[in-house]
Amino acid sequence: MLTFLALASVVLLGIVPEQSQAIVIYTGWERHALVGSDIRLSCSFFSWRWTSEDVTFSWTYRPDGSRDSISIFHYTGGAAYVDNKGPFRDRLEFVGNPSRRDGSILIKNLEFSDNGTFTCDAKNPPDIVGRPSSVRLLVFEKVPIQAGVITGAIIGVVLGLLVLIVVIYYLMRFLVARRVFSLSVSKHGKKKKEGSQQRQLWTPPPLTCYPLP
Amino acid sequence: MLLILLGVLILHLIILILLIVSTAASAWSVGGDRSTDLWYSCMTTNGGYHCKPASNEDWIQAVQALMILSLLFCFFSLIAFLYQLFRLVKGGRFFFTAIFQILASLFVMCGAIIYTVMCPDDGSGVQFGYAYVLAWVAFPLCLISGLIYIVLRKKE
Repeated sequence: MLTFLALASVVLLGIVPEQSQAIVIYTGWERHALVGSDIRLSCSFFSWRWTSEDVTFSWTYRPDGSRDSISIFHYTGGAAYVDNKGPFRDRLEFVGNPSRRDGSILIKNLEFSDNGTFTCDAKNPPDIVGRPSSVRLLVFEKVPIQAGVITGAIIGVVLGLLVLIVVIYYLMRFLVARRVFSLSVSKHGKKKKEGSQQRQLWTPPPLTCYPLP
Repeated sequence: MLLILLGVLILHLIILILLIVSTAASAWSVGGDRSTDLWYSCMTTNGGYHCKPASNEDWIQAVQALMILSLLFCFFSLIAFLYQLFRLVKGGRFFFTAIFQILASLFVMCGAIIYTVMCPDDGSGVQFGYAYVLAWVAFPLCLISGLIYIVLRKKE
């Protein structure tokens, strides 16, 4: 029994790390941006191995409606190589930190022709088996309002006003009840004060005795 | 007395059902190759019939919000009516019920007006669907029901 358990654990320990040695790459799913603005496309990866010195990042771009991709960025051997001939020349900048597994790029001054799919592929030798991940870039003239934001805002404001009015109504009722209570106390006090004043005012007239002639 | 009560309650339930159908059914404008409803906007292109959520425009979101609010207020007024039926002093008026019902009718009116004014005129045979008609029918019914609640008094 014990030997069986030992054998099983050795086999499991041997199998599991091999299967989980695929590199997993994360980018966004979709990015929206305005014409003329800058956008940062983030790319990072997860790997069971330590970040090696030979880590590589590469970005490729496939315009909307086209089938060919063109390579626009490559980082290898500690140096970043940006696009200097293609559609992104002088507009691409490397803003990532490879030692922290960040291979993000910055695209400046977006144009409508930049609509398309950007694919990031990272390799962390010896961990090289993995699937590249893609992010879709949409360039707008005017960023559209997201679904249901205005709907939710109107409903929230009206219901909030309703709750506020109900709370104020009950608060006023409560306060008026208390004021009635204090009003009667002050009336009582006023009456007392008036009474005492009257008593003070009404001093009995001095009695003078005239002797009878 | 019981007859009046029953009649008023049935009217209220009919209004609630009309509002629910009008809000939920996406049949505000029908016909042509492009229809913009309350919740979906569909168009027939070469590839087929594609529907996407009609949420990019401000006025459609406002109409959505107003219809949902009118539905909520009609429901609140029903609950307020049932509550005040059992708890009101004798001879009292159903004020809360009336206020909520009139507010609901106001919201339906605003929503229907905004949709009428801002509906895109394609000119290619786009007509108004049954949900739009139901909204316009629900508005005067709701107003009348609210006024009835103002006039109604709790007798014993």
